[in-house]
Amino acid sequence: MSTQPIQAQPLGDPRKPSRGNVLRRYTADHIVSGLAILATIIVLAPLAAILFYLIYKGASSLNLAFFTHVPAPVGEAGGGMANAIFGSGIILGLASLMGIPIGIAAGVYLSEFGRGRLLGNAIRFTADVLNGVPSIVMGIAIYSLVVKPQHHYSAFAGGIALAIMMIPTVTRTTEEMLATVPHAVREAALGLGVPKWRTAVSISLRTASPGIITGCMLAFARVAGETAPLLFTAFGNQFWSFNMNQPIAALPLQIFVYAISPYDEWHRLAWAGALVLIVLIMVSVTLVRIFANRGMLKGGS
Amino acid sequence: MGVGIQVEDLNAWYGSNHTLQDINLHIPANHATALIGPSGCGKSTFVRCLNRMHETNPIARATGVVKMGDVDIYREASPVEIRRRVGMVFQRPNPFPTMSIYDNVISGLKLNGFRNRRVLDETVERSLKQAALWEEVKDDLKKKSGASLSGGQQQRMCIARALAVDPEVLLMDEPASALDPVSTSKIEDLIFQLKSLYTIVIVTHNMQQAARVAENTGFFLNGKLVEFDSTHKIFTNPRDKRTEDYITGRFG
Amino acid sequence: MSIEREHGAPSPIRTAVPVAPAMEEKPPLVSQPVSAIREFLNSRGSGRLADSSFAALMLVCACTIFLIVLFIFWILIKNSHLSLVAFGWKFFTREAWDPVSGDFGALPFIYGTLMTSLLALAMAVPLALGVAIFLTELCPRPLRAPISFLSELLAAIPSVVYGLWAVFVLVPLMRDTVGPFLVKTLGWTGFFEGPNFGVGLLTASMILAIMILPIISSLTRDIMTAVPNSQREAVLALGATRWEMIRIGVLRNSRIGIVGAVMLGLGRALGETMAVTMVIGNHPDISKSLFAPGYTLASVIANEFSEATGDLYYSALIEIGLALFLVTIVVNAIARLMVWAVTRGAPARVS
Repeated sequence: MSTQPIQAQPLGDPRKPSRGNVLRRYTADHIVSGLAILATIIVLAPLAAILFYLIYKGASSLNLAFFTHVPAPVGEAGGGMANAIFGSGIILGLASLMGIPIGIAAGVYLSEFGRGRLLGNAIRFTADVLNGVPSIVMGIAIYSLVVKPQHHYSAFAGGIALAIMMIPTVTRTTEEMLATVPHAVREAALGLGVPKWRTAVSISLRTASPGIITGCMLAFARVAGETAPLLFTAFGNQFWSFNMNQPIAALPLQIFVYAISPYDEWHRLAWAGALVLIVLIMVSVTLVRIFANRGMLKGGS
Repeated sequence: MGVGIQVEDLNAWYGSNHTLQDINLHIPANHATALIGPSGCGKSTFVRCLNRMHETNPIARATGVVKMGDVDIYREASPVEIRRRVGMVFQRPNPFPTMSIYDNVISGLKLNGFRNRRVLDETVERSLKQAALWEEVKDDLKKKSGASLSGGQQQRMCIARALAVDPEVLLMDEPASALDPVSTSKIEDLIFQLKSLYTIVIVTHNMQQAARVAENTGFFLNGKLVEFDSTHKIFTNPRDKRTEDYITGRFG
Repeated sequence: MSIEREHGAPSPIRTAVPVAPAMEEKPPLVSQPVSAIREFLNSRGSGRLADSSFAALMLVCACTIFLIVLFIFWILIKNSHLSLVAFGWKFFTREAWDPVSGDFGALPFIYGTLMTSLLALAMAVPLALGVAIFLTELCPRPLRAPISFLSELLAAIPSVVYGLWAVFVLVPLMRDTVGPFLVKTLGWTGFFEGPNFGVGLLTASMILAIMILPIISSLTRDIMTAVPNSQREAVLALGATRWEMIRIGVLRNSRIGIVGAVMLGLGRALGETMAVTMVIGNHPDISKSLFAPGYTLASVIANEFSEATGDLYYSALIEIGLALFLVTIVVNAIARLMVWAVTRGAPARVS
């Protein structure tokens, strides 16, 4: 029992924050919100700037000649990047032919056979890590494997370099999409006496196919713009080439060569080519977004 | 025509969990047999052992003898062969989402390579009629997706899908538990009519349902088969006190 | 034994059940022929061979991922053998780069790579965090999808297009506007000395920052979204302001993951080739000034590989590639582990 008088709280009731404290905290809150908005604007600004410049500098050069002619000799006006567009198509076609089936098969393994197993986890992790390897390293590796022994550059080598870049991406998205197929659906197929392989192909893959196609398009769009791996494999070509075993032009490669060249005419073509490339890639990314939403609804439970 | 199932010393594990212990029973052909028991007592596991679906889980294991007719399903046949002879209906309807009603029903045939168009058409009609769904969907067979039907209709379609392969045994794991009363009674009527054609094993936690549709009933408790007898006997004069306690609602 | 029915318990049986003896088999009503369907299905094989071959094929394809990594490693080592033997570890500490005399040392490239990457991170990380905070916590719902879509587009722009824009827009900007401004305001620090041609370490860092922003920001967003709402609510219930809720409820919980996201951005920056090559000046110098031209590990390969005459030159460049390969693998592995630890293995969106 105490007979001491109760001391008045000298510093004010700690439960009630002082006005200064509240003001400080709310100010901080507003400052941070403002900074976050500012950051977003700063981040989106280059996107706007790049698109603007691409259209501003490139659109005027997009004529029929651009899509049908090969580059004109240095100093001459006109010409186009038809061979580069075609060449990119060839290389990407080769890369897809090699990379997509292997990637989907690897994804099927991870999802249907490798769940929770050590090997499955190791492969998954390695795929993610492989995605981070610089593309130029892929380029010089394929150079050493294919180009050096053959003593010539080739579209084929370029295709291989891009294929090994596609595989990890396709694998991971295939696995993710297959995981959205409800287990009950697989059980229904197994219960009917459908063998496991047929279940994986006709049921799981089929149900997840919108998402898997989306993943392939993503991988495709990603490698479509790659330049570094093609520097020493496909190498580039100023003319039409239909031979897989010879150097071939590619759109990003051509843009690079023209951009660092000293000729204005080539700079003009570079902008136009970049615009074409960007449009193709952005169309793919947008399609992917649309399909992804539809695919989820269809493939999910 | 159905076949009888003979189970001897069946034991099953999920990992280290001993889910079924020394199960012995004989399921007679062309009858409906109900399996009752509280949640987690192993009746679903038991049924899944009958068509080797238990094995689809990588940590699952089973020992013992299960004979379908004359065939020891674990030693004399492959899981795939057994599952083609046994139809299974699951607790929740699981139609194939990318397929039409028609394709869903004959999926068991098509995915196993059957191609004869005429027989497929006939099978779809027969199975949907057996499942009492034909009148409701006969105009939309190829237009509607299997997943667009109501819950009760989906489950009947899954039953039709199981029947389309002309199985000798039909396993049903709580087929009506996720459905409304109207659909439930439709499915019970179905079972009543089908049992003369197939051997039916139905897992249910609804004792009245067991009493309504099955000639024989088995009572499972904690992984053991406590009692197996005619339904009449189980529900009026059970031999084991535990059965009696369960039936009168003392637990479960 | 009769049942003692509990008072009020419902009678277990309501309908009469057939009293036929339970254990006897009913003889088949009609001897029916085995149906065509049953015959067909019984004639199908067990599918075991097909199952095993299929599984094996899938496994082989999955293992190609291992094979690819191992193959790259092996071929890089094999082809850099000459240089490894000639210079040993000193390769990474020497400053020489003279193809004519065969004297090679990678220090300038390491300096260039590190400088540009770290500068880029310094610029990108606060911005990326700001965008992530904005999109996950502050942004009104209808704007969320369009803005995140826009940042996805940023990630999709190829390196060469960034480079093109940097050469013709950013470089003049740096040369004519930003450069003199920096000299005026920060010239006393000594980082902005020397002639300013617009190309150099600073410009390269800036374009690099723009390029690694999307990956850091989208991963950070994933990580912040993975923090359960209960954490946010708990902090808010204590009377916190919105920023305090973000700081204490979200960021503190996602620290490890955000570090992982930053490291992934670093990994990307270390290996970025085309855009950097186009604006860094390509001169193997080590200089304090940010206006000075530099050279990165990736750029020297891009520029000089096709002209590499002589086995030692080629081998030295391959060795640089090997170093790049190993460093990015290690950085990425650590980063992925950190991100995984926070998002619990939910696969990170591949960008």
